[in-house]
Amino acid sequence: MKFLRKKLDDLRHPFRKGGKWEKFAPAINAFDTFLFVPSHTTFKGSHIRDSVDLKRTMSTVIIALLPALIYGIYNSGYQYYSQLDLPFTFLDAFIHGSWKILPMIFVSYFVGLTIEFIFAVYRGHEVNEGYLVTGLLIPMIMPIDIPLWMVAISVAFSVVIAKEAFGGTGMNILNPALTARAFAFFAYPTYMSGNKVWVSEASNVDAISGETILGSLAAGEEIKYSVAEMFYGSIPGSIAETSVLYILLGAVILMFTGVGSWRIMLSGILGASLVGYLFNLWGANALMSFSWLNHLLVGGFAFGIVFMATDPVTASQTNKGKWIYGFLIGVFCILIRVFNPAYPEGVFLAILLMNVFAPTIDHYIIEANIKGRRKRWKQNTPKII
Amino acid sequence: MTKDIRISKGAKVNIKGSAEKILTDISSTDSCAIKPGNFFNFNPKMLVKEGAEVSIGTPICFEKNDSRVILVSPVFGTVKKIIRGDRRKILEILIEPNSSNKKISHKVEKIDSLSPEKIKNFLLKTGSWPFIRQRPFNVLADPDIIPKSIHISTISSVPLGVDYDFILKNNKEDFQLGINILNILLPGKVNLFVDKDFQGFFSKIENANIFRVSGPHPSGNVSVQIQKTNPINFGEKVWVIRPEDIVNIAILFSTGIYSCKRTLAISGSSVLNPQYFKTTIGSDLSSILKKLNIDLTIQNRYINGDVFSGIEVQQDGHIDFYNNLVSIIPEGNKHRFFGWLPFFYNKIPSLSRTSLSWLFGRKGYKVDTNLNGEERALVVTGEMEKVFPMDIYPMQLIKACMAGDVEKMEGLGIYEVIPEDFGLIDYSNTSKIEAQEIIKEGIELMIKEIA
Repeated sequence: MKFLRKKLDDLRHPFRKGGKWEKFAPAINAFDTFLFVPSHTTFKGSHIRDSVDLKRTMSTVIIALLPALIYGIYNSGYQYYSQLDLPFTFLDAFIHGSWKILPMIFVSYFVGLTIEFIFAVYRGHEVNEGYLVTGLLIPMIMPIDIPLWMVAISVAFSVVIAKEAFGGTGMNILNPALTARAFAFFAYPTYMSGNKVWVSEASNVDAISGETILGSLAAGEEIKYSVAEMFYGSIPGSIAETSVLYILLGAVILMFTGVGSWRIMLSGILGASLVGYLFNLWGANALMSFSWLNHLLVGGFAFGIVFMATDPVTASQTNKGKWIYGFLIGVFCILIRVFNPAYPEGVFLAILLMNVFAPTIDHYIIEANIKGRRKRWKQNTPKII
Repeated sequence: MTKDIRISKGAKVNIKGSAEKILTDISSTDSCAIKPGNFFNFNPKMLVKEGAEVSIGTPICFEKNDSRVILVSPVFGTVKKIIRGDRRKILEILIEPNSSNKKISHKVEKIDSLSPEKIKNFLLKTGSWPFIRQRPFNVLADPDIIPKSIHISTISSVPLGVDYDFILKNNKEDFQLGINILNILLPGKVNLFVDKDFQGFFSKIENANIFRVSGPHPSGNVSVQIQKTNPINFGEKVWVIRPEDIVNIAILFSTGIYSCKRTLAISGSSVLNPQYFKTTIGSDLSSILKKLNIDLTIQNRYINGDVFSGIEVQQDGHIDFYNNLVSIIPEGNKHRFFGWLPFFYNKIPSLSRTSLSWLFGRKGYKVDTNLNGEERALVVTGEMEKVFPMDIYPMQLIKACMAGDVEKMEGLGIYEVIPEDFGLIDYSNTSKIEAQEIIKEGIELMIKEIA
């Protein structure tokens, strides 16, 4: 370890203050602090600090994403082979999925981190770790067959327009991963929706019908999947959104570590259940009479509410606000599904919509605190001399 | 009157090196320092020159805006040096003590014949006024106002916190006398906050409203206690006195001589035999450290105060005016290989469940001063609220302070907090935000704007 440390210190030499490559210090710092937590000591404020930092928090989110991602890789292959009625083993499915998905992850990280590094060097701040999560989320919510260049453009759009334009990590209003998806969705609709994009090679092979459950419902077709399949995730859909089981595992990791807000997750489920239940009572079409419990299992709802809605930067920041924010995401998700046949999947639009309103929710909650304080002052004025 | 207060939010950070209950008297020190920086927003004007001979109680400097508020010498000796910083700001006034003990003696009146005015004037005249600080902002008290209440917290909930019951064990009568005097100053409005689980002699004190507080740090912080009992409103002032200074005031009123006793716990994992010492305010640290076994094989940090909000001091520095604690912990200037991996390096205390440290803390953690990461943009939300028991939105207040939005700071409760209330936030936040520094700058801005 000492040898590595020494090598790194030598390597850093030209990047020091006044050194030849001083400007590019954020780049070497990002690399160095990845290997070693720096030896900086506290110089003002509290003399001791918690061992938690943004790297640790973000890597916890990545750990929570892994079960859903690994299952997503397997499921991509499984959908392909089973729809074609080909014989296959677990390994075949996994290899097929990896062949498709790993390049997407690579492209996403490469493009996104390059832009982050450029901005960090240009602005002279350290590289923030936020993109480590965003960069993994983006491929996870794409259809399996999306061309890599579309991934690259979506990533570039989301990092530059949704994040850096607002000032970088911590300042963005919209969730960058969802912005990337929204961009791809509206820019390349034929690759992002319809009944041919959810299973690998579906557009080239006629034998494959890769309609999602929500798509079938919107088109008024029969659903051929059981509730158990919806829960375990062996259904077509975006890469990692299908398995509620593995998403729940991620949710447990997020809640136990306190990295993801349980308030948002719980209230989102409550909101969606309530509206789903009310629509069940109404029951005017197939989507309305689709059981509220199944609404929670299909589509991107589970993935969205666990991994997207809980993004602390774009969610409400106050605890009370989180309840309202999560609840409304659940409500709007089902509303969009049921009322807008053009978008059978509502969750990503619901979250983006609530991202925009989250600061408003917080504003009213904070104003209430300010008003309460001023009221207390008024009631007590007689005592002031 | 007795009332119970329960604090539920917060955290107890159990660190190694609590002081054992052994008290040693240190009567003589090698040098003594008055630090105007100990008093927030205090602008000193010197009354003596370098080389002047001063007795115990000789006025050394006064507040520029109110000449009645003076600082006096804690020892008999010669003014050795006035250390100045940028723009000739007075940092320290060093006094070299002499072996004899010449004192200025004031005429004392009988306690029964005292009036609020007489008490104030006597405290001002003798230089004991700085024992009283005023909220909002924790500045020296304004002698011209009548405060809403007087507030004494006998709880030290910080890591390595001291036991005031032990510190004042030989001064129980003096403490009661001090409370009686304050009760004349502000009848019926002296609030004494005691630990619900361990009250010691404080629960038997008369002439004060007793509140029994339970819960983790920051339950001992005065701001939290005030907010839970009778929050400060716009324009209101509350006076705060530390327990040992009640005794100092009582000794002053019974003997007529300026008293500046200070009992210190010297603790932390770098001290091999942490214990208590009784000395005077401003005395030098090295003469105390000589009596202790300190691990000198490692680089240490000496802190005047607790590990959250204390001020770093050099080994040959002097103790501060208001603290009863010196913490000595190792410096953490070393790298950690892949130190950011969750669930690794669990020996470092963490309030976050991304570490397994909560399993290992029973015997106390050994802490160091490593920042454990780098400063980042504010990303994680909700973690500050977990350790902040007041009815205030901490992150929003910090942001208002950063933006310098005075009206918003006011509305969000800047009058009810001081930097030390944000110590736990400093410690626990993921983005390594310097919350105490931001709040301090915010308060300085408020003082400027109001005046």
